[in-house]
Amino acid sequence: MNNIFVYCEIEDGTLAEVSLELLTKGRKLADSLKCKLEAVVLGSGLQGIEKQVYPYGVDVLHVADDHRLYPYQTLPHTSIVVKLFEQEKPQIALMGATSIGRDLGPRVSSALHSGLTADCTSLEIGDHEDKKAGVQYKDLLYQIRPAFGGNIIATIINPDCRPQMATVREGVMKKEILNQDYIGELKMIDVEKCVAPEDFIVSIIDRHIEQSKVNLKGAPIVVAGGYGVGSRENFNLLYDLAEVLGGEVGASRAAVDAGYAGHDRQIGQTGVTVRPKLYIACGISGQIQHRAGMEESSQIIAINTDPEAPINSIADYVINGDVAEIIPKMIKYYRKNTK
Amino acid sequence: MKGLKIIVLAKQVPDTRNVGKDAMKADGTVNRAALPAIFNPEDLNALEQALQIKDRIPGSKVTVLTMGPGRAADIIREGMFRGADDGILLSDRAFAGSDTLATSYALSRAIMKMGSVDLIVAGRQAIDGDTAQVGPQVAEKLKLPQLTYVEEIQKIDDKQIIVKRRLERGVEISSCPLPLLITVNGSATDCRARNARLLMKFKHAKTVSEIQNANEDYLHLYNDRPYLTITEWSVNDIDTDPEQLGLTGSPTKVKKIDNVVLQAKDSKVITSSDEDIEALMQELIESHAIG
Repeated sequence: MNNIFVYCEIEDGTLAEVSLELLTKGRKLADSLKCKLEAVVLGSGLQGIEKQVYPYGVDVLHVADDHRLYPYQTLPHTSIVVKLFEQEKPQIALMGATSIGRDLGPRVSSALHSGLTADCTSLEIGDHEDKKAGVQYKDLLYQIRPAFGGNIIATIINPDCRPQMATVREGVMKKEILNQDYIGELKMIDVEKCVAPEDFIVSIIDRHIEQSKVNLKGAPIVVAGGYGVGSRENFNLLYDLAEVLGGEVGASRAAVDAGYAGHDRQIGQTGVTVRPKLYIACGISGQIQHRAGMEESSQIIAINTDPEAPINSIADYVINGDVAEIIPKMIKYYRKNTK
Repeated sequence: MKGLKIIVLAKQVPDTRNVGKDAMKADGTVNRAALPAIFNPEDLNALEQALQIKDRIPGSKVTVLTMGPGRAADIIREGMFRGADDGILLSDRAFAGSDTLATSYALSRAIMKMGSVDLIVAGRQAIDGDTAQVGPQVAEKLKLPQLTYVEEIQKIDDKQIIVKRRLERGVEISSCPLPLLITVNGSATDCRARNARLLMKFKHAKTVSEIQNANEDYLHLYNDRPYLTITEWSVNDIDTDPEQLGLTGSPTKVKKIDNVVLQAKDSKVITSSDEDIEALMQELIESHAIG
């Protein structure tokens, strides 16, 4: 009882990356809390799914296998998760901060009256003292996330309500197999007992999965632009540099909001997290929300007209100047020195 | 076809997108007072969807509901200038310190007071918190189905809605009978601009609290034109369980706030001169960072 639960997402029979990352984190949290790690998979045609799940150190796997559970729909998945949590009383429940986790999480937290923190960038275990009430809390989940436009880092706790729920974006936590031969216990959920006919009120008429054309996560070099790039036209220079260096183009939220680049290129707390070999930040001021998505890059070059830009403090190289002037020079001297 | 009763959930937020230097205090923390208060951007996308339904289905009524301090009446007026019929400001100290759950509880109780509703439209998320939680939580509290991440309403009548949802890796077309709650993405159509005629009509629209502080010369306006009075509800106007309000009703607590303090790394500063850039590229090639 009172274990850690991870709601796992599935696409075409494969567990989502973010779910594997959460299982990895969940295993570590379970070890420090000396409890079990349990996973929940809801879908259709799930025979053998445990083989994907157990190696991450999952002790108990709850599976609901029913043709009506795939693709994901809010109401039936909520009903099943709520029932399961009422029964099993997890102390912590983690979900991906995806369009599924961010649809399901708040619904479940509302039904259970439990607290939910979105888009955490770090999860830790710690104690808390409520001095006013004179109460000591042991081993709470610290849900840590930037807030207020990234200008503050907030540590959120749920002292009294369970489960302590959090969502985390893909790429924020590291994925790591614990033991290929790890074996857990499989528990099948009786779907009929959990869902009502009115849970199937929404019909999915059409659905096309488009794999993101932009592969930021896998790119060894990322050339990212911010609001300071100044225009969509100037952004083309970034594509030129990325092409020459064999990299991919990313953008800060401000650049995406300004229409310089599409949402699928957004790097940061509310976008993609990247860890490339080289990150070239062009006209990016470097608010914490952005840095949360790139600060683990091996090397960072910051190109900025503002010598005081926050990004400079985490950069290995700071180039003071105009992006439109510097990028063509970088291309020129890269070509000259590689020939 | 009968007109639809539509509620738009909106929030007034500090404009966190462009925190300039003047918004930072000397100690490096944010001076919230220096940030302009704006209509949350995705709530404007939500408002536009509601207004388009009103254009399509005559007799529909769009009400903007917001919870916040007195000055949040600004976004109700803003909504009316763009085409909303009216608005309700939910304002009371009892709501202070609400997390997303306590907020959705209060909003859901206000919606219950409004009688039967066909459609609730909210922005996907607010830029000050980025949680995307209030919409789904309101839906759950009202036991309504939800469709999140809506980019386009493809079809709507007084029985059902068909929407296009924008998800990370594709799109989904879904239908659902009314009533329900939808949350609208920033990728949906931008909100129409203010309408000059509506601006003239509603420029003196005020909440009761604002009217009390208004210039007496104008008071006759509110007697003659009832549409100028923006409804304002306090905790006493809605049926609530005090245990679920404000700080008490919020399961999440902020344990700690750290202002972002940048720790400088040992960085090499170079100029944009040809010599410097060439030296940098050579260094990167030699260290196999590139090439």
